[in-house]
Amino acid sequence: MAIDSKLVERIAKLSRISLTESEIKNLSSELDNILNWIEQLSELDTEGINPVFSSFDEEETKYRNDEINDGGYREDIISNAPLSEDGFFLVPKVVD
Amino acid sequence: MTEFSTLSIKETISSLKNKDFSVSELVDSHISSMESGRELNAFITETADIARKKALDCNQNYLKGEEKPLEGIPLGIKDMFCTKGVKTTASSKMLENFIPPYESTVTQNLWNDGAILLGKLNNDEFAMGSSNETSFFGEVKNPWKNTKDNFTVPGGSSGGSAASVAAGMGLASLGTDTGGSIRQPASFTGTVGLKPTYGRCSRWGIIAFASSLDQAGPITRTVKDCALLLNSICSYDSKDSTSSQKKIPDFEKSTDESIKGMKIGIPKEYETDGISEDIAEYLEKGKEWLKESGAEIVEISLPHIKYALPCYYIIAPAEASSNLARYDGVKFTHRVDAENIIDMYEETRSQGFGDEVKRRIMIGTYVLSSGYYDAYYLKAQKVRAMISRDFKEVFSKVDAIYGPSTPSTAFELGDKKKDPLEMYLNDVFTVPVNLAGLPAMSVPVGLDKENLPVGMQLIGNSFDEESILSIASCIEKSAKFDLNPNRWWINE
Repeated sequence: MAIDSKLVERIAKLSRISLTESEIKNLSSELDNILNWIEQLSELDTEGINPVFSSFDEEETKYRNDEINDGGYREDIISNAPLSEDGFFLVPKVVD
Repeated sequence: MTEFSTLSIKETISSLKNKDFSVSELVDSHISSMESGRELNAFITETADIARKKALDCNQNYLKGEEKPLEGIPLGIKDMFCTKGVKTTASSKMLENFIPPYESTVTQNLWNDGAILLGKLNNDEFAMGSSNETSFFGEVKNPWKNTKDNFTVPGGSSGGSAASVAAGMGLASLGTDTGGSIRQPASFTGTVGLKPTYGRCSRWGIIAFASSLDQAGPITRTVKDCALLLNSICSYDSKDSTSSQKKIPDFEKSTDESIKGMKIGIPKEYETDGISEDIAEYLEKGKEWLKESGAEIVEISLPHIKYALPCYYIIAPAEASSNLARYDGVKFTHRVDAENIIDMYEETRSQGFGDEVKRRIMIGTYVLSSGYYDAYYLKAQKVRAMISRDFKEVFSKVDAIYGPSTPSTAFELGDKKKDPLEMYLNDVFTVPVNLAGLPAMSVPVGLDKENLPVGMQLIGNSFDEESILSIASCIEKSAKFDLNPNRWWINE
């Protein structure tokens, strides 16, 4: 499927990245190239194959007790915020 | 003073124990190498003050005979590892001023063993790249120039990690490997680089790129040094739910084991896939070395391996698009102010990320988006299962796999920068291993006709780093590679 500038704009919106006209133009052809190359996977018959999302052995993943075992780092957590006040992250107004 | 910087960790520790020199003298020598090597652009942040201060404690520990396994060893750390109180950027404008309030588990393990932080190393932005040219802080130069006297890339994404070790700035370094980011730069710079089995090392405190593929690992001058660092960084960590509780063997011991009777597989797909003439020659030479050491060479096949790269370029961007959603202008230093919150997100991300990172976020968002998920993302995870199965079958017959690390040696700066796809193809031999979660390493074997290092790759079965360390040690002894680039960056 061909990637055109309209589709690039839609993906950019979903990615929350604003693009300039020239970026849209470049990305259209680059993504089109890359996705055409990826398309070769369709020649493989994967019928009946179970997908593998991680190579980690799930049996090794242990449940832990659902209890608080850490915390109290409010100052640390907001220390890198571009804007904060009274221990809160500040963002532009969200609701009117 | 540079004679200190060409020692192995093993040699350095025995000299420190002998009181041939103090940790402070060692550290001062590496600081001066680091400062005189600034033209290479390997370091983003130099931490000379921290290093000098810690060296004083280490001196005392040697005097008291209470030295820890890596006491006083100066190391560079890729700028993907969070270091408490020391700027950690992922080589991105997005994190230009980020100061982590906590330490990654693997670096903490190194400091607990007495190692010293020399500085934070340059890499491709968010570890996305194969040449270190996507860094916001500029490209890294490979200490090895080609015969035309042109600059070459150190590889990527751990380009600074590899270049610093090859140039003698720090005795070893830490990198991360998502699709070859330790092994490819190690092969381009004549260093040893190992990616452990997925789950061997904790990922806690490593800035996430593709979480089902990312692993930390060492880049060193020798195979034994690689084993020493591996012993230190591997640990079970309750803060990473994919961290393994399996027993961690003594990796240093593995480097002294004989490989007599071992079966080593050569994938026929790795012998035909357009590798350079010089690399093909070394591949043959390596087979002879292994046979001379008593190993048996077996031809094997990994029939689905040619699909690994397109499969990777669905899975890695998909995971990246999700992981990098956190950089929204609220929590991590960089923000572009705007009237409303959506514009703030979009402008922050537009200005904070470089081109390659944007490209991958876009690919990842697309393959995960409604209507395309099954055709791309789910399909790729099925192909991944087939690739893993190929490896599983092969490892029922052989102890390890031997082949090239890369299709070519280091290319010139700027050579592949314009075509993203051409750059991706450089990882053809390294990517399959990450998809299957296996351990693998690159070991230097010699120089090609252009005077550039050639690395060969060893792939082990899951949680069997020991076999590849034994084989690598054997190759190292036969190859007698001299990690000694002409020091053009030092103005005498």
